[in-house]
Amino acid sequence: MRFAKIGLPVSLVLMVASLVLLFTVGLNEGIDFKGGTVIEVQSKAPTADLADIRSKVDSLGLGAVEVQGFGTPNDVLLRVSAQSGAEGAQEQAVQKIRSVLGADQYTFRRVEVVGPRVSGELAYSGTMSVVLTIVGIMAYIWIRFEWQFALGAVASLVHDVILTIGFFAVSRVEFNLTSIAAILTIVGYSLNDTVVVFDRVREVLRRYKSLSISEVIDQSTNQTLARTILTSVTTLIALLALFFFGGEVIRSFTAAMIFGVLIGTYSSIFIASPTLIFFHVRPKPDKPATDKQASAKPKTGVPA
Amino acid sequence: MLYFARWKITLIVLVILAGIVVLIPSAFTREQVANWPSFLPKKQMVLGLDLRGGAHLLLQVQRSSLIRDRLQTLTDDVRQKLRDEHIGYQNLSSRGQAVQFTLRDPADAEKVMTALKPLAAPIQSGMLSGGTLSEVSLSQNNGQISANLTDDGIDHRVRSAVDQSLGVLGRRINALGTVEPSIQREGSDRIMIEVPGLQDTARLKEVLGQTAKMTFHLECADGSLQQALQSRPPAGCEIAQPAEANEQPVLINSHVELSGDDLVDAQPTFDSQSNQPIVSFRFNSRGASIFGRLTQENVGKRFAVILDNKVITAPVIRGAIVGGSGQIEGNFTVESAQNLAVLLRAGALPANFDVVEERTVGPSLGQDSIRAGQIAGIIGLVAVAIFMVALYGILGVFADIALLVNVILIMGILVLLQATLTLPGIAGIVLTMGMAVDANVLIYERMREEQKLGRSAISAIEAGFSRAFATIIDAHITALIAAFALFALGSGPIRGFAVTLAVGIFTTLFTAILVTRLIVSIWVRSRRPKVVPI
Repeated sequence: MRFAKIGLPVSLVLMVASLVLLFTVGLNEGIDFKGGTVIEVQSKAPTADLADIRSKVDSLGLGAVEVQGFGTPNDVLLRVSAQSGAEGAQEQAVQKIRSVLGADQYTFRRVEVVGPRVSGELAYSGTMSVVLTIVGIMAYIWIRFEWQFALGAVASLVHDVILTIGFFAVSRVEFNLTSIAAILTIVGYSLNDTVVVFDRVREVLRRYKSLSISEVIDQSTNQTLARTILTSVTTLIALLALFFFGGEVIRSFTAAMIFGVLIGTYSSIFIASPTLIFFHVRPKPDKPATDKQASAKPKTGVPA
Repeated sequence: MLYFARWKITLIVLVILAGIVVLIPSAFTREQVANWPSFLPKKQMVLGLDLRGGAHLLLQVQRSSLIRDRLQTLTDDVRQKLRDEHIGYQNLSSRGQAVQFTLRDPADAEKVMTALKPLAAPIQSGMLSGGTLSEVSLSQNNGQISANLTDDGIDHRVRSAVDQSLGVLGRRINALGTVEPSIQREGSDRIMIEVPGLQDTARLKEVLGQTAKMTFHLECADGSLQQALQSRPPAGCEIAQPAEANEQPVLINSHVELSGDDLVDAQPTFDSQSNQPIVSFRFNSRGASIFGRLTQENVGKRFAVILDNKVITAPVIRGAIVGGSGQIEGNFTVESAQNLAVLLRAGALPANFDVVEERTVGPSLGQDSIRAGQIAGIIGLVAVAIFMVALYGILGVFADIALLVNVILIMGILVLLQATLTLPGIAGIVLTMGMAVDANVLIYERMREEQKLGRSAISAIEAGFSRAFATIIDAHITALIAAFALFALGSGPIRGFAVTLAVGIFTTLFTAILVTRLIVSIWVRSRRPKVVPI
């Protein structure tokens, strides 16, 4: 609990900072949410001439076009902002770029065009899915545990989501539909951690009725600490493999996930359980079935 | 916890073997598998567009043009009714979603409302509720009559336009010679099209973007084109713009003599004399008889072929054409003749569509993604495996075996379900590897704890499995909720991610709870360990 006294204020500050960043600097929204076009081309020459591409594309008058290297020296990513006018305007822009760059010099590896109407809906459904997931999880934990646990879990999830959004705001990593997928996965992962700790809290609460709530939480957190950290390590190993070898297309996705796993682990230890104290969690009288299980256990505990 | 009935062991082994067998065809190419004898499994991993390359398009009904068409029809209907009833009116026009006019004699209002009533008659909405709706609502105010298109009615038209278009679009895309295109309705007014292997979407969009409403008209008999261009076309006639900018418009009868619906076939071919690309067509029997009579009675007049309100060609009829075949000579290239034939065969779209989203991936990027995914997967698997052995020794090896089985089963189930594997899906599998050993970690840490409390090896192992069980279930169900939300959110690649995560959750439960336990129980029985070596 000593750590929680530092952890909670730090987290609060970080959350506020993330929200401030979100509303001032904003996110580097990808085409999924603001519409526009992304084109990935590969030059047939060993190195792509970015300046040449830039000048050719700028001559088309398509508004701001971002041209940047993408992984290898001959891969280039072009971002064209949403074209005003009819829905067909985006398509025409792609055609113009195709013809100005020429198929003999460049291979078009990927073209994505999202119209303004669709992008608005994607933003809406993305936000809704995060909210609904959190509500669904809250309901499940409420049924399986007590309402205090549900609130504790949600507190840590909201914490994770807000800090991950802060990560996107600070790092300027593009925020698109896969980023929402990353957030949802982080929610699932962080919850996994939280539930394991809660499970132990419930068990200890039932077994040692004389312990104070902060002692219970200390003990439960310590008992599950090794597992919490080990699982984070194995997950991070897998994610790092993806980050370094999984290719450019999913790199921003894995970057967000790596950040999220770290945050999720932290929040399960320092946010979820301490929240239980604020909501005065108390053990309910044990149900017969769990009583039997509890009485079969040895009466000694691991010293915290 | 450590005792296994024989049938259970058999079942576990069979499931693992089935997982391996199911994966075998995916290791070979499609062509190789096609030649296998029929008793062998043939289902291969379905790769998403981002891995195999291809085009994804999202089309949306142009609601505004649909409303415009409906208003046009409604105006014509209203005018017809008023003429039939000999009612005087003025200022018949459409405004917004309504057709309005003023009666010369406000006393006619009742009569008019009765006459127009059939337009507002309820129709079957064809929804699950089996309800009805009115497409038009009528209102009047001091001789001002207005007929409004209802929102329900328009929604209904949009939905049925999407339904009818699915088939038409399917025929058009198939005619392009593509492999396994997928055409699905998305929501109420959209159609999603996925065409694997297709790179250049220009031709696809050309073929999809046209309504391809073909009509045949006779040239307008009264009045000249010059007069019509200067003032207005005579009643019952209209000016049709040419398809090519350098040609003259044609003054045609508004009346449609024949339409594309009467065609049974259309083929691109070459004119025997000029060797120009042309499109030959054949009418059905009804069309053939009308066409025959028409050409017989109108020798010397021009006959206009109109596609999407543009004149393709308007030749002079030289003599009666019987038999119902004809040909269209326009300024065709080989490709545009092919396209037109495809469009005519597939039929007209009931509405216009916009392309609101387009994503294409080239095959080389797909290949690179697959390779990157494989490398990341293998490195992740090996690294996690080494880590587990370093932590738990022989028990870590057991966890690794379970992990390998897990990966095999995830992929096996994907093949069985014919679920689409996408790049995020591969990421999901790699991520599952990292998280799957969590179940093992939970069990082993619990064993370690129980052993510290002074339990014997076997009792600590038993307790490890039984105590960790509830925790594992809780943790996995909550993760499943997140996976379902992902599935609901995403299309294409993200949905693939959700599927592998969800499948991974089930296989992890199987491998952690059954496979690991089975291996541990065999080990305990053969070695009879005094302490748990962790």
